[in-house]
Amino acid sequence: MAAESTGQTLKTTPLHARHVGLGARLVPFAGYEMPVQYPTGILAEHAHTRQAAGLFDVSHMGQAWLTSRAGHAVTAAALEALVPGDIIGLAHGQQRYSMLLNEQGGILDDLMVARPPDPAADGRLLLIVNAACKSQDFLHIAANLPEGVQLTPAPERALLALQGPAAERVLARHAPAAAAMRFMSVQPLAVGGIEAFVSRSGYTGEDGYEISVPAGAAVALWDLLTAEPEVKPIGLGARDSLRLEAGLCLYGHDINQETSPVEAGLGWAIGRRRRKDGGFPGAIRITGELHDGPLRRRVGLTLSGRIPAREGAAILDQAGELVGEVTSGGFGPTFGGPVAMGYVVRDFARSGTGLLVVVRDRRIPAEVANMPFVQHRYKR
Amino acid sequence: MAETRYTKDHEYIHIEGDVGVVGISDYAQQQLGDIVFVELPEVGRAITQGAEAAVVESVKAASEIYAPVAGEVIEINAALEGEPGAVNEDPLGRGWFLKLRIGDPAQLASLMSESEYEDFLKTIA
Repeated sequence: MAAESTGQTLKTTPLHARHVGLGARLVPFAGYEMPVQYPTGILAEHAHTRQAAGLFDVSHMGQAWLTSRAGHAVTAAALEALVPGDIIGLAHGQQRYSMLLNEQGGILDDLMVARPPDPAADGRLLLIVNAACKSQDFLHIAANLPEGVQLTPAPERALLALQGPAAERVLARHAPAAAAMRFMSVQPLAVGGIEAFVSRSGYTGEDGYEISVPAGAAVALWDLLTAEPEVKPIGLGARDSLRLEAGLCLYGHDINQETSPVEAGLGWAIGRRRRKDGGFPGAIRITGELHDGPLRRRVGLTLSGRIPAREGAAILDQAGELVGEVTSGGFGPTFGGPVAMGYVVRDFARSGTGLLVVVRDRRIPAEVANMPFVQHRYKR
Repeated sequence: MAETRYTKDHEYIHIEGDVGVVGISDYAQQQLGDIVFVELPEVGRAITQGAEAAVVESVKAASEIYAPVAGEVIEINAALEGEPGAVNEDPLGRGWFLKLRIGDPAQLASLMSESEYEDFLKTIA
């Protein structure tokens, strides 16, 4: 095994000292020093999140307010020029998954867009983007806004995710209204007296919440939640294995500037009105792909045996012809075997198609599988 | 006399006469994290010093394990197939990978003794 080396100066989140104190293994991730695992290890953290509740520090992610004084329709229309989602139609107190697109219809980043429930806050949208993309995203958005609409990054805010079947019980102890929230709803809540902006969502396939708080309150919230018997801190390693089993895309791996939303199987995030009217970057390619089907498609793969296939592994048809490539793969702890996702040419994208995945010159039989690999347990 | 020697890549070889039991150190298993699969060579294969002898798959990544010295593989730890976590739990015991018939005992001198390896770990901590 080879040693990793770290040279650059890394940023930290407000919870860094907590991670150090817990004995986390810290690694560079998107310019931050982040916990990849705590001493119990990734398998135990993964299982704990599926069985009880895991607390994740995701403060490295980018949060920003998109605002105008002219009301929701104006702010939403400004964002709709950059994403294919129906933002104008986003109801009060709802959050939607969308994607920033380039002119070729490739994905610059994926993001969450939330509309606060209070009508007095109309004209304000909270955006949450990936850590590795946030500077470029914010520059891109700010450079493409009409007069009167502003983007205000919120680096002074931290973000914690509480995920798992016990998440509702735990959070409701400190914020009773959290129990009544539904998947993809958002609400300002006082959590144990801490002013928070809460969404019922996550990146694990489990029920749970993402909780945005001022950076100065992050440690207090972390301490409050980790003191609950159901809760354990979970690192980025288990976050990745959980989202892989949930079939969720990791930006820079499963989606990037070359992949379109339709190829990625994210067509569901393109609003009906947007399909008809277009008006987003790359609309010609994307509406064409929606009509004719994409040339390649993201699929799930299950592999026979125990050997995991990693990103970059070639996917062959039964005759040995190259038909695609793995973009994420590993061992699914809850699934109990290797799982992967990748892109294949469309003739091979049907569920049940037998393929071969190349790992260290060995051809491992694989099958196109419906995702998620582990059922979602969202509270709809 | 039994002796354990180490490589800079954190493999160990436990020497029992002309046979060496090869595995990874406790430091290595900690660094790799939870191990979910170990790919072992076929019995009978001849491996040169420093060549790939096995592959360890953790949840996060695959890592190559190199032969501390040249030799012929005479036995593999088949129990790891069903219980790869033994490498994490007991790397120097139940978590061994393979046994080599040591080809050239002189190569053992290029490896670190236990105390030299402990000193080496301090330099990379």
